[in-house]
Amino acid sequence: MPHQSLSRKRKNYEALMKVLMLLSVGITAALVLFLLIYVLVKGVPNITWELLSTSPSYLTERIGILPDILNTLYILLLSLLIVLPLGVGAAIYLSEYASNKKLLALIEYAAETLSGIPSIIYGLVGMLLFSNSMGTCLMAGALTLVIMNLPTIMRATQESLKTVPQSYREGAFGLGAGKWRVVRTVVLPGCVDGVITGCILAAGRILGESAALLFTAGFAHTVLSFPLGMKSPGATLTVALYVYAKEQGEFGVAFAIAAILMFMTILINFAATIVQNRFEKRKSL
Amino acid sequence: MFLMMGLIAVGCVLLITVYLLISGVPAICEIGPINFLFGTKWASTAAEPKYGILPFVLTSIYGTAGAILLGVPIGFMSAVYLSKLASPRLKSVMQSAVSLLAGIPSVVYGLVGMLVLVPGIRKLFNVPDGASLFAAIIVLAIMILPSIIKMSVTALDAVPKEYEDASLALGARPIETYFRVSVPAAKSGIAAAVVLGVGRAIGEAMAVMMVAGNVPNMPDSLFQSVRFLTTAVSSEMAYSSGLQRQALFSIALVLFVFIMLINAVLNFLLKREKE
Repeated sequence: MPHQSLSRKRKNYEALMKVLMLLSVGITAALVLFLLIYVLVKGVPNITWELLSTSPSYLTERIGILPDILNTLYILLLSLLIVLPLGVGAAIYLSEYASNKKLLALIEYAAETLSGIPSIIYGLVGMLLFSNSMGTCLMAGALTLVIMNLPTIMRATQESLKTVPQSYREGAFGLGAGKWRVVRTVVLPGCVDGVITGCILAAGRILGESAALLFTAGFAHTVLSFPLGMKSPGATLTVALYVYAKEQGEFGVAFAIAAILMFMTILINFAATIVQNRFEKRKSL
Repeated sequence: MFLMMGLIAVGCVLLITVYLLISGVPAICEIGPINFLFGTKWASTAAEPKYGILPFVLTSIYGTAGAILLGVPIGFMSAVYLSKLASPRLKSVMQSAVSLLAGIPSVVYGLVGMLVLVPGIRKLFNVPDGASLFAAIIVLAIMILPSIIKMSVTALDAVPKEYEDASLALGARPIETYFRVSVPAAKSGIAAAVVLGVGRAIGEAMAVMMVAGNVPNMPDSLFQSVRFLTTAVSSEMAYSSGLQRQALFSIALVLFVFIMLINAVLNFLLKREKE
């Protein structure tokens, strides 16, 4: 055989690796497709107007998830409202004010640690910190999620602060603006997209969270009003899914909730991609 | 003022650590560290309660190891393909798919696991109950897949093009180049991805609670109904009191120590990757 350019061993290696890679990508893709289709097929037929617009009643044996939807929105809004100023403020401190390298490293290490702590531990600590003093309620759940999402908002804001050109700041300083004025008029407007990205990521995490809410926000399914209802317990969609599936065996309702959660996840991912793309575009300008 | 906000994160970490220590240490002292950590029997509601958490520790370790064993090869191979061989279009489609996988709430994984995986395992392996360590391993493997793929792709994308060009110019085939040059160059990033996966798997509670059966057995076989560290905390919390409740906090403390160790390793690897 004249020109056998590759030894058999190398050829086999190449073929093997190629097959393994394609197989892995195939498995991943199949998993996503299966989960998506299975949940939607099982869940969408169970989503009825009655389910969405009523609260559950033992008398008429009706199951409605309106309270759970509302509770999810309340917790989402409350947590974002509290975590936003804290996270953005922390990020501004880190990238604009901090001069002590050691302190900076400490804060960043703390944020890393926070993002690695599993939600069940947040749930426990939230129970000890908040629920023991104010009772099991939506507010306690929201405050727990604030701690959980602090690093998300911080990191997203920090990333976007890095893209505000140094020359803008210097220009403003050169015109005689003070530090706070520069932050307020030049730096903050420049990091809006980072804050939005952070919000979207945090919203995704809050929507999907269940372990941290189980012992802090409770299981109740009554419609609560704003803002007084924040002191009462309430289940979010994820907690309701867990209760309906695991404790009551109502799989139809559970799948309906799962399908709603799936839609929301898709929506949030879509929004995050759009914002990030705009962000990239601006960075390349 | 901004300094205060910056310090909130530090404050939160301290608060969590202190609270877990305060509420977790007393029970460990009362039960005795050896009895607690290496006791093989957990019977918290028995007349003569026993608080040994070795079954939970072992289950968590086995479960995580199993998830890594299944999830890492698939995630790693997918990452190499997506980073080096896939067309830009396929890459972006798969990246959105992986993000979706990452965004699905854990209770949804639990629900699908309960209704597909558990009966499937029961039929396939002919065991009385499919809710088992094996079911939990599969669910965990799927749940850590997105973190592993995402982080490995980022690490592989960052490998300088010159390394690969040099290898190709020396006559190596593209696939040989990717596995023998690019992968070693990205090894700390890929290692960090694996460690991140370990952290995810060991900390997951809800999905595991729904598929693992939740009986405090020693994990002697794959098809046994088991309880993880995370689920041990949550399954008894609602009705616990006294020493039992304190013991649950001690379990959380043990879990926290595991997580802190994993975080330390992760931070070390990420720092090396940056250099």
